[in-house]
Amino acid sequence: MRRHRISTVGAVALAVVVGWAVAAIFAPWVAPYPPSRIASREPLAMMSAAFPLGTDYLGRDMLSRILFGARYTMGIALLSTSLACLMGVGLGLTAAARGGWFDMAVSRVLDAMISVPSLLAALVVVSSLGSSIPVLVVSAAVIYTPGAYRLARAMAVNVNAMDFVAVARARGEGTLYIVAYEILPNMILPVLTDFGLRFVFVVLLLTGMSFLGLGIQPPNADLGSLVRENIEGLSYGAPAVLMPALAIATLTVAVNALIDNLPSRRVAETAR
Amino acid sequence: MNAAMLRLIGVRLLLGALTLLIVSALVFTATELLPGDVAEALLGQSATPDAVAGLRAALHLDQPSWKRFLLWLGGLLSGDPGRSLVNRLPVVALIGNRLPNSLTLAGITACVTVPLALTLGITTAMWRGSRYDRIVGMGIIGIVSVPEFLIASVAVLVFAVKLRWLPALAFRSGPQDFWAMMRLLAMPVGTLALVGIGQMARMTRAALLTVLESSYIEMARLKGAGAIRIVLVHALPNALGPIVNAVALSTSFLLGGVIIVETIFNYPGLAKLMVDAVSTRDLPLVQACAMLFCAAYLSMVLIADIVAIVSNPRLRQR
Repeated sequence: MRRHRISTVGAVALAVVVGWAVAAIFAPWVAPYPPSRIASREPLAMMSAAFPLGTDYLGRDMLSRILFGARYTMGIALLSTSLACLMGVGLGLTAAARGGWFDMAVSRVLDAMISVPSLLAALVVVSSLGSSIPVLVVSAAVIYTPGAYRLARAMAVNVNAMDFVAVARARGEGTLYIVAYEILPNMILPVLTDFGLRFVFVVLLLTGMSFLGLGIQPPNADLGSLVRENIEGLSYGAPAVLMPALAIATLTVAVNALIDNLPSRRVAETAR
Repeated sequence: MNAAMLRLIGVRLLLGALTLLIVSALVFTATELLPGDVAEALLGQSATPDAVAGLRAALHLDQPSWKRFLLWLGGLLSGDPGRSLVNRLPVVALIGNRLPNSLTLAGITACVTVPLALTLGITTAMWRGSRYDRIVGMGIIGIVSVPEFLIASVAVLVFAVKLRWLPALAFRSGPQDFWAMMRLLAMPVGTLALVGIGQMARMTRAALLTVLESSYIEMARLKGAGAIRIVLVHALPNALGPIVNAVALSTSFLLGGVIIVETIFNYPGLAKLMVDAVSTRDLPLVQACAMLFCAAYLSMVLIADIVAIVSNPRLRQR
C-alpha cells in the first residue's frame, strides 16, 4: 500500500511531540510565572489551582520551570543531534565514496568510539573541560556521530552499487553530484528516522548528566536538573520530583512511538 | 576446536586489543582537552611559579603528550594508574575498595536480567505479531525510552515512601545479615534489571527474527514442523551467536544505568566513585575508572564473539 496513513498511536505521539515543541518555543509567553521567581512561601507543595504542578524546593512554580527546562533540553538535544547527523552522514558518504584507507581508518576509530558507553564518554569530557552548554552540545554530538556514520555508510555503500549510480558515473558526473543527487535522496528517510532515535538518546544523555549535577549548571535548568534539585522532595512524594521526570518520559516515549508508527518504518527496518 | 576456529579467535583477540588501545587513546585525549595547565588549575591563582613547576614535573606535564600517554598506558598495564589529585591516595586502593560492591551489584543484576530477558525475547520472536508480542513490545519501548532516574524515583515512591517495604535512599555500609543486604539491594537491582531487560529482550528478539526469516526455517515450516520445535531445535542453535552478542551489547546500556542508579541510591560502587571524581575533576581517577568500565564492556563483547565462533555449527567440522 503506497498511501501514507498513520495509526492512532502514531497520531497521539505526533500530537505530544508537537505539543512539547510548541511549549518549548512559546515558554516565555505561556509560563504563568517567571521561572526563577520565588512565587510561593510553601516549598515542594502539592498541585493547586495557583501552581498546577506544585512548587519546587524554593517555592518556585514547577509548571513554569518545566516549560523553560524543556526549552533547554529540547534545544540542546536538537542542536547536538543535528550536528551528530551532519557529521555522521558527511563522513559516512565520504567514506563510502572514497573507500580505501580513508574508509578503513575512519571506520576503525568510530567503531572504537561506539564501544565507549555514552554517559561514560560524556563524564570523561566534562571531567577535563568542566560543564558548559557548548561543551555539552559538542560532546553529545561527537558521542553520537559514530552511530549516524555507521548507518549512513552502510546505506551509501548499498546505494552506490545500484545501476542508476553506475549510469550517472558513465554519464561522467562528478563525485559531488553523485553523492548529492543520486545517493543522498535515496537514503533520506532512514537517516531521518535515525535522527529521531538519536534525538531520544541525546535527551536521555543530557538529562542524565544534569541529573548527576554535571550537565546544565544553575541558575539555568533543564528537565534533568529539575529532578536533581528537588530530589529531597522524593520522600514526601512531591510532584516537583516526578513531574520533570515524567515530562522527559512523555517526550522520549512519544518520539520513539512516532518513529515506530511511521508509514515508512519498513524502509528503516530493512536498512538497519 | 580446530585450526580455522583458533585463527578466527586469534583475530578477534587482536582486534579487541586494538580497539582497547584506540579507546585508551580517546580517553587520554579527552582528558587532555583542557586548554591551559592542570598544575595551575590545581594549585589555584595564588600558587608560586616554583610550586607550579614542581607539580608539573611530578605530573610529567613537562613531557610531550605522546610520552605522557605511553607513561600512563604503561602505568595502567603494570597496575599503577597513579595517585588521586584530590587526596593523594593511590587510585588502585580507591578502586579496590569499591570494586567488590560493584561486582556484587553486577552479579545479582545479571542473574535477574539475563534469564528474564532471554525468555521475553525468545517468546516474543516465537509469537511474532501476536497480542502478547505487541504488549511486551510497547512495554519495552516505554521502559527503554524513559530515563533511569524516573524508574528509580517511582520505585522509591512506591516501595519506600508509600508501602514502607524497603529502606529509601540511605545506604549504610557495615556488617549486615543477608536479608538486610537483599532489602537494600532490591531497588537498585530492580531498576537496573528493568533497563537491562528492555534492551536485551529487544535485541534478542531481533537476532532471533533474522534467523527465523532465513530459507532453511521456511523449509522446516513447509515440512510441517511446529512453531515451538522450529524455534528451539532449528533456529536457536544458529541464533546463539547473535543472541549472546545482543546480551553483551546491552551491557553498554546497563553501564549508563549503573552510573545513575549508584548515584540516586548512594551505593558505594565504582560508578559513584567515578561521578564524584568527575565533580572534583580528579583526572587520574576518572581515567582509571573509565578504562576499567570500557575494558569490562569490551571483554564482554569479546567473550560474546568467541562464543559465537565456537557455537557456529558451520565452523565445527572441517
